[in-house]
Amino acid sequence: MGPFLETLFGGLMSGMLYSLVALGFVLIFKASGVFNFAQGAMVLFAALAMARFSEWFPKLLGFDSKLLANLLAFGAALMVMIGVAWLIERLVLGKLVNQEGITLLMATLGVTYFLDGLGQTLFGSAIYKIDIGLPKDPMFLLESTFPGGILVNKEDLYAAVIAAALVVGLSLFFQKTSTGRALRAVADDHQAAQSIGIPLSRVWVIVWSVAGFVALVAGMIWGSKLGVQFSLSVLALKALPVVILGGLTSVPGAIIGGLIIGVGEKLSEVYIGPSLGGGIEIWFGYVLVLLVLLVRPQGLFGEKIIDRV
Amino acid sequence: MLYRENGQFKTSYRSDSQVFPIAQDRIGIWLLLAFAVIGVPLLADEYLFRAVLIPFLILSLAALGLNILVGYCGQISLGTGAFMAVGAYAAYNFMVRIEGMPLLGAVLLGGACATVVGVLFGIPSLRIKGLYLAVATLAAQFFVDWAFLRISWFTNNSSSGSVSVSNLNFFGIAINTPTEKYLLCLGFLIVFAMAAKNLVRSHVGREWMAIRDMDVAAAVIGIRPVYAKLTAFAVSSFIVGVAGALWGFVHLGSWEPAAFSIDRSFQLLFMIIIGGLGSIMGSIFGAAFIVILPIFLNQALPALGALVGVTISTAAVAHTELMIFGALIVFFLIVEPHGLARLWSIGKEKMRLWPFPH
Repeated sequence: MGPFLETLFGGLMSGMLYSLVALGFVLIFKASGVFNFAQGAMVLFAALAMARFSEWFPKLLGFDSKLLANLLAFGAALMVMIGVAWLIERLVLGKLVNQEGITLLMATLGVTYFLDGLGQTLFGSAIYKIDIGLPKDPMFLLESTFPGGILVNKEDLYAAVIAAALVVGLSLFFQKTSTGRALRAVADDHQAAQSIGIPLSRVWVIVWSVAGFVALVAGMIWGSKLGVQFSLSVLALKALPVVILGGLTSVPGAIIGGLIIGVGEKLSEVYIGPSLGGGIEIWFGYVLVLLVLLVRPQGLFGEKIIDRV
Repeated sequence: MLYRENGQFKTSYRSDSQVFPIAQDRIGIWLLLAFAVIGVPLLADEYLFRAVLIPFLILSLAALGLNILVGYCGQISLGTGAFMAVGAYAAYNFMVRIEGMPLLGAVLLGGACATVVGVLFGIPSLRIKGLYLAVATLAAQFFVDWAFLRISWFTNNSSSGSVSVSNLNFFGIAINTPTEKYLLCLGFLIVFAMAAKNLVRSHVGREWMAIRDMDVAAAVIGIRPVYAKLTAFAVSSFIVGVAGALWGFVHLGSWEPAAFSIDRSFQLLFMIIIGGLGSIMGSIFGAAFIVILPIFLNQALPALGALVGVTISTAAVAHTELMIFGALIVFFLIVEPHGLARLWSIGKEKMRLWPFPH
């Protein structure tokens, strides 16, 4: 029972982190119907910016406080991501209004290449670290129930708490503020939203900025866990099955999908993996999604797809 | 003045339904073929064959296969690399395990295996549509990558995980020099391009296009979606599988699963989008663009740097290449979302009317 629970916890934690990346996908798809493949590249870009800024600011301004450096770097990286969002809207999406989904998907792939190249040109391509002071030491739970207890990484726990807070915050933002209402209106029907006076281009910039913010948080957490390096941009591929499993249009779906895939990956690796030769984590999520889609073509929580002729 | 169909009367149904209805087109295509078969081998050097022409031909073939699925039948697939890999590894196994297996037989059987896998992963397309389907096809990509990496039977228990073929032999003619390899690939491309061109004009092709344009309406007028979608998957993955086998056998010689990674799938998708969805010519244009652009950038950037007196490091070149590549793709999508094939047909239209503007 002990090892099982340990794997389960590990899966839940990494699932939470997948959801963070998946959240960015869902936000943009809901508001603009664009399947944003560049989300992974945005995570890398944001993490690179934050890592290098937290290195540069103390040197440049001559202070020594780590907290201040991290705060300043976070703010500056957020500014950069908003700038990126604005540029993407201006130069790419604004010009591609009314194109087919696949063309938009390809455009975001182009943006992916561009951001990968730009990030490494501006900020360098070595491995950097983000130190936001998450505790690294593991802790043991329920030592009285199981011999040796369950090993849980404190860092993961903090990360999951941050992710959960972010999700709650975003849901409130979407449900309670007038900007959130405008975003939901645009998501429902572009034309109707525009005809009652909601400025589409501004809404898109806001959505991409929010997605940039989510990417920054995801990049910060993943970066402090694994180091900021090129492999972060591959996270997009990990988050894809999560988005599809939960349904492209559902924020809670992204969270629950992330948890299911995180847990499924870890459990399958431990319990089925050895008999198949190991390494099945890579495709497990995708095959699971394939099977779920056969039963529910719109994902678990997506809006039902209705065909009209 | 020259490019005009005035005075070319059709006197039979046969001549009315030719692939190239205009005589100038027919002459042009014969000249092009003659140049490709006779002229290029005389002019090109070994580097050009190895680095540009052979990859271009094989990737054109793969893009052609993908275009049938995405461009004609409207089913987005991100698993092309996987189907290429199935073709390559299956052909390898037929070659190694069966004594005296001819090259052509191995390549075609590789294509047949890719067909089976393609149809298997195509079954979900009956229920899943659009972007959901695109992600579902990624399952094929990751699963196949893993299978060829982990299951040693597929690689004939080779210890390093990479497989290699040598002594290619096409009906008694040894395929050793780059020119021979080039001609072999060219032959495959010509045969499959002609077959595909005719296929998309047949009732099967028209069913695919009906499904692409609106699948519910197509079903209502009596087209079976199951049949149309699965034939598209089958034909597409057969061509892609053959291209994969050629990529392994002729271009690489020895390879491992990384040669058919997800980047390959994206690259092929770029080719057909930049070339033009639903166009045979477009696949070839797109392949040319995507194969040549990185080579060009790689050569041009250091030269450009030297011109203004800056030495650009290799890493910086690689990053700048990525940026320019990405920016160019976005630029192309904005300027001509219907691809190079559209520019080609606009050009032809202009030629017909020349010297009048309208």
